[in-house]
Amino acid sequence: MLNAIYILWLRQLKRYFRSKSRMIGSLGQPILFLVALGFGLGPIYERAGGGNYVQFIAPGIISMSIMFTAVFSGIEVIWDRQFGFLKETLVAPVPRYAIMLGRTFGGATVATIQGVIVALLAMVAGFRPQSLILLPVALGFMFLIALLFTAMGTAIASRMQDMQAFPLIMNFLVMPLFFLSGALFPLQGATKGIAIAATINPLSYGVDALRGALVNGTHYGFGTDLLVLTLGAAFFLGVGSWLFSKTEA
Amino acid sequence: MPIIEVHDLTKRFGEFTAVDKVSFSVGKGEIFAFLGPNGAGKTTTIKMLTTLLAPTEGSIRMDGADPTADQDAVRRSFGIVFQDPSLDDELTAWENLEFHGVLYGVEKKLRRARIDELLKLVELDDRRNDLIKTFSGGMKRRLEIARGLLHHPKIFFLDEPTLGLDPQTRNHIWDYITNLSLKEGITIFFTTHYMQEAERAAHRVAVIDHGKIVAQGTPDELKAQTATSSLEDAFLALTGKGIRAEEASGQDRMRTMSKAWGRK
Repeated sequence: MLNAIYILWLRQLKRYFRSKSRMIGSLGQPILFLVALGFGLGPIYERAGGGNYVQFIAPGIISMSIMFTAVFSGIEVIWDRQFGFLKETLVAPVPRYAIMLGRTFGGATVATIQGVIVALLAMVAGFRPQSLILLPVALGFMFLIALLFTAMGTAIASRMQDMQAFPLIMNFLVMPLFFLSGALFPLQGATKGIAIAATINPLSYGVDALRGALVNGTHYGFGTDLLVLTLGAAFFLGVGSWLFSKTEA
Repeated sequence: MPIIEVHDLTKRFGEFTAVDKVSFSVGKGEIFAFLGPNGAGKTTTIKMLTTLLAPTEGSIRMDGADPTADQDAVRRSFGIVFQDPSLDDELTAWENLEFHGVLYGVEKKLRRARIDELLKLVELDDRRNDLIKTFSGGMKRRLEIARGLLHHPKIFFLDEPTLGLDPQTRNHIWDYITNLSLKEGITIFFTTHYMQEAERAAHRVAVIDHGKIVAQGTPDELKAQTATSSLEDAFLALTGKGIRAEEASGQDRMRTMSKAWGRK
C-alpha cells in the first residue's frame, strides 16, 4: 500500500522534472504579478503607510503559484484518463484511497517545489524573509496549501470526462480564490463583503500563515490557519478518495 | 473447470442495453476469442470482467472471485492490454514496467528479474531507457503485453491487440500470445476484427451482436453451423453485412482540446 503511494508520488515528480517547459511556463505568472504589482502599486502602498509592498505580497504570490500548480496537478487526472493511463491504475489491486493519496502527495510535492522557486525569485526582486527559525514553518504551510488544492483539483477532475470545463474552473474557482484571499491586500480593515469572502476561502489561511512565518504577525493566528488548512486538506482527500472509488472507466 | 464464468450478464446505460443477458465460460488455459461488430458490447463486457464497470444484472466469476465483491482478488488474477494505449508517455519503458510491478506488489528482486525477462521476450531490451513518446505503435503494444504479464496473471485480456499494426508485427504478437498459452498455461481472452487471426489462434469463439451472444463454439463448429468455409464468412453470416455506425466519443473531442492546450 505504501509502495503504491510511493510509486504514484515518484511518477508525478519524474513527470515534473522532465517537463522543463511546464516548470518554466508556470513561473511566468507569479513573476509578472510580483513585478507589475510589487513595483507598480508599491509606491502608492508605501505612501498610504502600508510599508514595503513587495515584502507584503511576496507570501501572497508564493501561495498563488502553489495553488495554481496544485490545482493543475490535480486536474492532470483528466489527461491520464484521456491517454488511457488512468485505466492502468484503476485495474491495479490497490485501494482507491491509495491512488488518491499517491497522486495528491505527488502533485503537492511538485507545487511546493514550485513555491520554493517562486520564493527564491521573490528574493531576487528584493523580498527578505524576516526569520530564519520560521522558515521550516513556512515550508510546512506551503506543503499544506499544496496538499489542500491538489486534493481539491483531483476531486474535481475525477468527475470530469474532458477539458471542456477547464476555463470554468479557472475563472470561477481558481481566480476568485486568489483575488479574494488577502494575497494582494491586507485583510485588516477590509470591507465587510471582502472580509466574509476571505473567511470562507481556504487560501486566505494559507496566505496568512505564510505571511506570518515569512514576514510578520498573522491575521487569523497560526493555530486557526493550521486547523483550517488541515481540515480542508483532509476533507478534499476524503471526497477525492470517495469519488475515485466510484470512478468507472 | 472454467476460470471465467459469466451468467446472464447485463449492462444498461439509461434506456440503452449495451450487454443483454450474456452467458459464457472460458476454460483454464484456453484461448478464447470474443468477436463482434463495432458497438456490439465487447469492450463493455471486458470492463465488467475487469472491475472497471459494475454490471446492472447477472453474475461473474473470475478464478472463483466476484469482481463486484472481491475486487482486489480479481484484479490480481488478470493482466490486460487495453484497446487504446495506456502507457505513460513521459516515462521510459523500464519505468512503466517498474510502476506496474510496484503497484501490483511484486517483490523487488523478482520484479527486476521479471522486467528483464519480459523486455527480452518482446524484444525491447535495447530500448528500455527510452521514453515511450519515442516509441512506435507496435512497440507500445509489445510493451503493454509485457506489462500485462509482469505480475504472472492467470487470465490475460487483450482488447484488439493488433489494431492498426502492420502484418509483421501482428504475426509477431500472435506468436507471443499462443506461446504464452502453451508454455505458461495462461488463459487468453481477446477481441479482434481480424477474423483470420481469431481463426488461427482461438480454441473457442463467442460472437456477440447487439449485446447478445449469437453463437459460440470452436471455429470449426461455427463454420459448420453457418455452412461457410472461413470464420470471416461465418461471422458475416451471423452478424449480417450492414455497416455499423461508430460514434465519435468524448475521447476524440478531448484529443482535439488537449492539442489546443498544448499537450500531446
